Amino acid sequence: MSATNDQHGHEHPRHELSHYAKRIYAIRDLLLEKGVITEKDIQCQIEYQEARSPANGAKIVARAWVDSEFKARLIAEPKAACAELGIDAAALNEFVILENTEKVRHMVVCTLCSCYPRPILGRPPDWYKSFNYRQRSVTDPRGVMREFGLVLPDDVEVRVHDSTADIRYLVLPLRPRGTEGLSEAELAKLVTRDSMIGVMDALPTLP
Amino acid sequence: MARGHHDVGGLPNAGPIEQTQHELSDWEIMADAVNQALGVRGIKRTDEMRRAREEMDSTAYRDMTYYERWIASIETILIEKGILKKEEIDSKLAEFEKKWGEP
Repeated sequence: MSATNDQHGHEHPRHELSHYAKRIYAIRDLLLEKGVITEKDIQCQIEYQEARSPANGAKIVARAWVDSEFKARLIAEPKAACAELGIDAAALNEFVILENTEKVRHMVVCTLCSCYPRPILGRPPDWYKSFNYRQRSVTDPRGVMREFGLVLPDDVEVRVHDSTADIRYLVLPLRPRGTEGLSEAELAKLVTRDSMIGVMDALPTLP
Repeated sequence: MARGHHDVGGLPNAGPIEQTQHELSDWEIMADAVNQALGVRGIKRTDEMRRAREEMDSTAYRDMTYYERWIASIETILIEKGILKKEEIDSKLAEFEKKWGEP
């Protein structure tokens, strides 16, 4: 009955897996047998997630840096603006762009669990889901930023945004000074995942 | 009202942020995909999954890894909705373990 396991050697569960790790294969097989979901559904979701990465976010940010009209549309209608770049944000319920300025930095967390703009950036990094980040981000955001390498002057305000099942955020980092000569594609390389979560600024120069 | 085990924002005594990333195992990718597929089919919603995690045993919540919590929540929701029975999952698992050479 678990023919799907035998067909896909790469995902064959092994006996050393933890109790719950094993259970997902049992749940998967039962859902397939009952026709609740299909093999194709699962494959589509694996491919969907593989196609999502911080590169999508970097593309959005770089366009906003070079095109102020796009930036205005992005902030007003984030999903429609993403669609202009071929990035499908439809799966997000409410999607909010947080624009950093010289005087205000935004930082995103999900204190209750791990909500994250997955349709844009892919799966969240492990640290985003960690208890330490979830606990500290709201009371010690500057300390968290320092650990990531960003030291902010006291007169810069930090705003922390707690994500929910319904609202997901993407930080629009500041365009680094002295990057006037860079192309849009080069600018995208300055936009790191962590800068779009808001724990860091964008890279100051090309890596 | 006491805080739920999930409600950790602002709790004291948190250490440094561990920034190393682990590569996802096949079972984690599977848990993620099954969860999303159930969402696309309209069988569960994100807030239902969150509620299942919020109501699980607090020690289990702290001890489980991230995707283990997901799997436990998927199971809770599917059983609540009458789509699967715990006994079915147990017996399917027993079938697997026999095949994989476990007692």
